[in-house]
Amino acid sequence: MPSAPDFELERSAMRHLADAQINVELDTGDMILNLGPQHPATHGTLRLVVRLDGERVLAADPVIGYMHRGYEKLTEFRTYPQVTTLINRIDWLSSFANEVPFVHAAETLMEVAAPPRAQAIRTILTELSRISTFILFLGEMGLQVGALTPAFYGFRDREHVLNLIEGATGGRFHPNFNRIGGLKDDLPWGWVSETRQVMRMMLDSCDQFEDLVAGNEIFLQRTKGIGVIPGEIGAAYGVSGSNLRASGVDWDLRRDGPPYLSYPELDFKVWTHPDGDSFSRYWVRLQETRESVRMVLQLLDGLPAGPVMAKVPRIIKVPEGEAWVEVENPLGQMGYYVISKGATGPFRVKIRSASFSNVSILPWLLRGVYVPDVVTILASLYFILGDIDR
Amino acid sequence: MLALEIGWGTTLAIKTLVVLMIIPLGALILGYVFLLKMMSHMQSRLGPMDPGGFHGWFQLIGDGMKFIQKEDIMPDGADRRVFAGAPAVVLISTFLVFLVIPMGPDLVVKDLDVGVFYALAVSSLSVIGVLMAGWASANKYALLGALRAAGQLIAYELPLLLAVTGVVIQAGTMNLNQIVIQQQENAIFGVDWIGNPYILTQFVGFALFIIAAQAELTQTPFDMPVAESELVSGYMVEYTGFRFLFFFMGEFGTAFAFSAIAATLFLGGYAVPWVHGDAANWIGPFVLFGKLMLVAFLMFWARFTYPRLREDQLQAFAWKFLIPIGLANLLFTAFFKVAL
Repeated sequence: MPSAPDFELERSAMRHLADAQINVELDTGDMILNLGPQHPATHGTLRLVVRLDGERVLAADPVIGYMHRGYEKLTEFRTYPQVTTLINRIDWLSSFANEVPFVHAAETLMEVAAPPRAQAIRTILTELSRISTFILFLGEMGLQVGALTPAFYGFRDREHVLNLIEGATGGRFHPNFNRIGGLKDDLPWGWVSETRQVMRMMLDSCDQFEDLVAGNEIFLQRTKGIGVIPGEIGAAYGVSGSNLRASGVDWDLRRDGPPYLSYPELDFKVWTHPDGDSFSRYWVRLQETRESVRMVLQLLDGLPAGPVMAKVPRIIKVPEGEAWVEVENPLGQMGYYVISKGATGPFRVKIRSASFSNVSILPWLLRGVYVPDVVTILASLYFILGDIDR
Repeated sequence: MLALEIGWGTTLAIKTLVVLMIIPLGALILGYVFLLKMMSHMQSRLGPMDPGGFHGWFQLIGDGMKFIQKEDIMPDGADRRVFAGAPAVVLISTFLVFLVIPMGPDLVVKDLDVGVFYALAVSSLSVIGVLMAGWASANKYALLGALRAAGQLIAYELPLLLAVTGVVIQAGTMNLNQIVIQQQENAIFGVDWIGNPYILTQFVGFALFIIAAQAELTQTPFDMPVAESELVSGYMVEYTGFRFLFFFMGEFGTAFAFSAIAATLFLGGYAVPWVHGDAANWIGPFVLFGKLMLVAFLMFWARFTYPRLREDQLQAFAWKFLIPIGLANLLFTAFFKVAL
């Protein structure tokens, strides 16, 4: 049946045509902007290919791999004790926390357990590296939003924690302190009281950042409602750690994962924030820093005595088998899948690093935001390039 | 009058020299005192300590010498003439502002009757230089920075003008020297021993002026044109060597000029209430310098403390907030001027 001509449709078609004509005449074109690989906002060598309409981002495409060092392959040519040297360069801000899951995986395969004192010290140092990472973030975020001063406070306050890590392990950034079956050394004299003092300073420092950055009107304007990650979308992209908790997902491997280190014995709160925007990511990290300080103080109070090294053979050979260990690192979920064929080195290691998945949400997240917000969002996601490229 | 009687040509030469000297000197002083030293101490560090012996006073001069020695690099796709001219345009607008700022009853290069108008007009010339730099660099970051700068400088011209208009209405003149004399001679509520610095009656105008000047100088709450964490350095990104030095000098020289204008309009300029005549000529420059350092301190304090707004938030702030307040202030001032 022939229908009556649809005038409404035709009229809209005409309108479209007119629009098309105007668009041709006033075509402003999109601009492709390369953010990075050398760019201050990408802390390292992340490259973002951004398609811009004026200042609005139409599409963003992260290009990674500029810092790929092939650690998964390199581990196949190293012995187990040598591998820790490599993996503490993955997330270089919290190297100690990186070592733990790998050593833990090897210990699981060998069916060796580190003595309680070693476990407690490992937990303390892991939390210290979390504090040092987050304190830096708390200042650095200010810098990315345009305030110069907080960044220096971040570096200044982190220094105290790095001194502690150096005091215990001898290395500020790359401690390489874990051994399969325990730790290289016991804590030095006076370290415990020193740590208590520094932890009190860190609480002050958190208060300062809350005042100076999180309480700043302009900072709130720049971060509230910017880069909102809904919980289920974040989880679907594999975002983890504080970024996911800031989206209201109450999930922390220290509490919910398979038990590791001394976490089951600790009393701590997992902070979440319902909003999922840049500010809530900042806020959650701020609270987690305080929580970590409380955890360290708890651990120092109940530090068990005893040896720091279990009985292990001089030449470590890991029996045949496979192990998957995932832990809560400062940047999120970090896991090692270790396959052993009974040799002195692993047969294959798969590294699941947090930043890689955290960054994978960028194309979804950056659509439609303004250029300055790109920087805010990148800063609030808080990734380390070494953790992306490995 | 100064006791010294000299010819017209000599006066002109001296005036030109003074203005040519004052901008680099002012830029150096502000850069050293605030950028190097005050910022360092705010950030719990020392800043340069070695160059020159005393607290690194020579650092900026050394930096300048280094910039002059650097290779003059031009990007391949650059519009060469415009690229080369842009820093000069920015710097010239700063020089021009200084022509009308009185440093004593007789120490003024050109005692213009429309001094305020002239100062604001030439200070906005720098936008052209910025746009030229951004466009000629053939760089996307520079282009974004320049367009941001253009939008921002135009938006903040208006609150700046409204802030100054209050003063002009109260003083009844646009001549900067007359404005200073008015502040020196008048009384506020019958109290005449401090004169009537307009900050007391035009405090809203002063706040507006400082905020708008901050935006004009592209300093931190409003520094998106140079936003080093997003646009790296905005319109300056392709500049090196002495051209960059020009921009740097322009930045701090303009800060110096705006502080001087604010000190003149709101804090009584070179005047101390009970000093007149020849003595005022002698101490005038130092008084003005002290006052402008106070204003500059406020500006740089904010610069080193605050994060940066976003471009659209900045525009909204100007049009929805500053301009209505400026208009209201203008209305009140006019009302009181007529009523009292």
